Amino acid sequence: MTETAKASPPPRIAIAEDMTIYNAAVHKQQLIEALGAHDELEIDLSAVAEVDTAGIQLMILVKREARRLGKQIHIVAHSQAVREVLDFYNLAAEFGDPMLIPARET
Amino acid sequence: MDEITTVFVTESREQLAALEAALLQLESDPEDDDTLNAVFRSAHTIKGGAGVVECDFIVAFTHVVENALDKLRNGEIKLNVDLVALLLACSDHIGNLLGVLEAGTPDPDAELAAEGMALLARLQRDWIDDKPAGGLSRSGPPSPREEPVQSSGGGEVETDCWHISLRFGPDVLRNGMDPLSFLRYLASIGRIVRLETIADAMPDADAMDPEACYLGFEISFASTADKAAIERVFDFVSDDCTLHILPPHSKLADYVSLVLALPEDTMRLGEILVRVGALTQSELEAGLRTQQEPGETADDTIGGAQQTPLGEILVDQQVVQPELVEAAVVKQKQVQDKKVAESRLIRIQADKLDTLIDLVGELVIAGASVHLLAGKSGLGDLVEASSLTSRLVESIRDAALQLRMVQIGETFNRFNRVVRDVSLELGKDIELAISGGDTELDKSMVEKIGDPLMHLVRNAMDHGIEAPDVRVANGKPARGRLELNAYHDSGSIVIEVVDDGGGLKRERIIAKAVERGIIQPGQTLTDSEIYNLIFEAGFSTVEQVSNLSGRGVGMDVVRRNIQSLRGTVDVSSTAGEGSRFAIRLPLTLAIIDGFLVGIGRAAYVIPLDSVVECIELNQGEDVRDYVNLRGEVLPFVRLREMFEVPGAAPPRQNVVVVQYAGLKAGIVVDQLMGEFQTVIKPLGSIFRHIKGIGGSTILGSGEVALILDVQALVKRCAANANQGAERLQIESVTR
Repeated sequence: MTETAKASPPPRIAIAEDMTIYNAAVHKQQLIEALGAHDELEIDLSAVAEVDTAGIQLMILVKREARRLGKQIHIVAHSQAVREVLDFYNLAAEFGDPMLIPARET
Repeated sequence: MDEITTVFVTESREQLAALEAALLQLESDPEDDDTLNAVFRSAHTIKGGAGVVECDFIVAFTHVVENALDKLRNGEIKLNVDLVALLLACSDHIGNLLGVLEAGTPDPDAELAAEGMALLARLQRDWIDDKPAGGLSRSGPPSPREEPVQSSGGGEVETDCWHISLRFGPDVLRNGMDPLSFLRYLASIGRIVRLETIADAMPDADAMDPEACYLGFEISFASTADKAAIERVFDFVSDDCTLHILPPHSKLADYVSLVLALPEDTMRLGEILVRVGALTQSELEAGLRTQQEPGETADDTIGGAQQTPLGEILVDQQVVQPELVEAAVVKQKQVQDKKVAESRLIRIQADKLDTLIDLVGELVIAGASVHLLAGKSGLGDLVEASSLTSRLVESIRDAALQLRMVQIGETFNRFNRVVRDVSLELGKDIELAISGGDTELDKSMVEKIGDPLMHLVRNAMDHGIEAPDVRVANGKPARGRLELNAYHDSGSIVIEVVDDGGGLKRERIIAKAVERGIIQPGQTLTDSEIYNLIFEAGFSTVEQVSNLSGRGVGMDVVRRNIQSLRGTVDVSSTAGEGSRFAIRLPLTLAIIDGFLVGIGRAAYVIPLDSVVECIELNQGEDVRDYVNLRGEVLPFVRLREMFEVPGAAPPRQNVVVVQYAGLKAGIVVDQLMGEFQTVIKPLGSIFRHIKGIGGSTILGSGEVALILDVQALVKRCAANANQGAERLQIESVTR
């Protein structure tokens, strides 16, 4: 289940379930559609309890797609699990989302 | 001691000899990399062998020596005289340790252990840990380490990592395997220093299948695990991913040394790499598959030149570094070379050889008997067949004896070290010149000649060659010269020890001999007789007793040792120019070519090597004991008289002219019966004191013939020669 926060630009989508291969197809569609609809997008991952390589792969895809289309996409909140895996895969720097460090401090 | 240990000790002693020779060579030519490598290889082989026989004290000692050699090889330290001396001492110590192993003692005794510790400490302190003053300067000495010294490649930690390159197949995720878990597991056997996620394979969003895996990883991985262990991490996905593991650079050096340390088996390149862990079995299989592929597509040529070498494929596939392949190839070649060398040398036990020689001896006797009977039978075909057999038997005899012959060079080469050490000790500069090292003599003889030779060499260096300043004052070059020569001379081998020192002091020898009561005052002696007095028991002219020689126990022992080999030793000397010691030994102890002669009904054998010619004894010369041989005085003995053979001499007698040690003499016999292969059978100890008889042999007819001791006969003649010569001169004057 996802909620789209419409109130303030940039729009933000929050992913609440595990970002695993079981949800990958759904998430992909969701994220790509959202990216198509907006020029700037924030993704809230603070509720993601589990993430696997498929999930990471999706994040990479969305980031790359955004860059290709000249759009902005930010991951604004990381759950512990997401942060850890991003860290492990050494992708934090590439994603360039500054939220990582404040998120860790919380 | 079990067999493998025996082999190890024997081979290690050979390696040590090679090591010592190479070290001495290095001393004169420190830049020679080949020699250095030879030194390293020898040390390494000893260590490897010691590991196999589980002799820890040798492994531990040799290991440190090897480290120093490794540093030397890498150019980290420079070779100089001190280091060579130290390494020589180390090689001696290894020899002692081998002795301990040979004796079956579990550990070296305290003294030896202390010596080893002292050597190691010096090696460690002066050479391994620190840079010598003359060495390559590098700021800051490296910290002392207990660990084996690695090659100096890995300075920073980062370069000391495995490099793992991983590309997952698309189905990995769908199959329920998450790369993440593999990588986490990987992190459990080491430290992931750096990981790069590679997503280049991922297509555009439209084409991207969210359930497929497109990721790849480049990982720097610090771990002590070996390559196979790292590969095992990815076992479950091995079908679904491509994996390349490159060893860290410091490992590379390890691998290279591992490759070189492999036991000497013929191995394929792939096997070598797998054995040392640089390549895993599955990588090898993949490489071999690739190698097969072009062979399958090219229909006409199978294998052969069309195939890419495995090494190239492996490098292309990025599973090994080219350096490693190179090392492995070198190893392969080494092993092949070694195989070739081994096929030329086999080790057999000496007693088997002795049995063979005995049998050949019997064969010779039996063959002679057949030949004799065939001759009597008068059957042409039989005679022909038997002479063919005799010829073959003769060849077999020569070949069998040849088996026991070894070159004396090896014995000579030992003296390089002796001369070096002793000249250092004495503060003299002496060079050793060796010639005739390829002269062969019986193995048992070589073993026994070592000690007397050693004594003569030390003696020449200690007493013969003067100190450098004395030499210069006498107008000689400061550097003394010692020569070791060997050559064959009429059935004997002659070994000479020649020095260019002060020569023997004639007057001192006479004074000493008189003092010791060896000669009477006023006794007239020839120079040669005087010089040979030094071989008398208890004779030493040097007032100052050094620890090398001069204790007066030397020369008579030397002479006794040589005489026990049926040999003689002789000295000649020129004051101010040097002395020459000549050892003369019989070539062999078992079978000789003989010359059969007859007196009355008995047959005697003269060693053919000593026979010069045969002449007829003229009736007129019958009364004297010498003849005029082309203007030369030739003294002779009449065997008939000497052995008191009954019966009258036949009207025509013959003189066999024999030669020994430069002296000629004649032996008067009734009959000349021709050449005869003679198997020497020693006479019983009852007959030991009979002069002129050296042994016995069995003739083809089954009769016994005595072998004449030419040496004794010639001496007996020579004793009368001077008188004879005088008389001859008087006679020719009065005529």
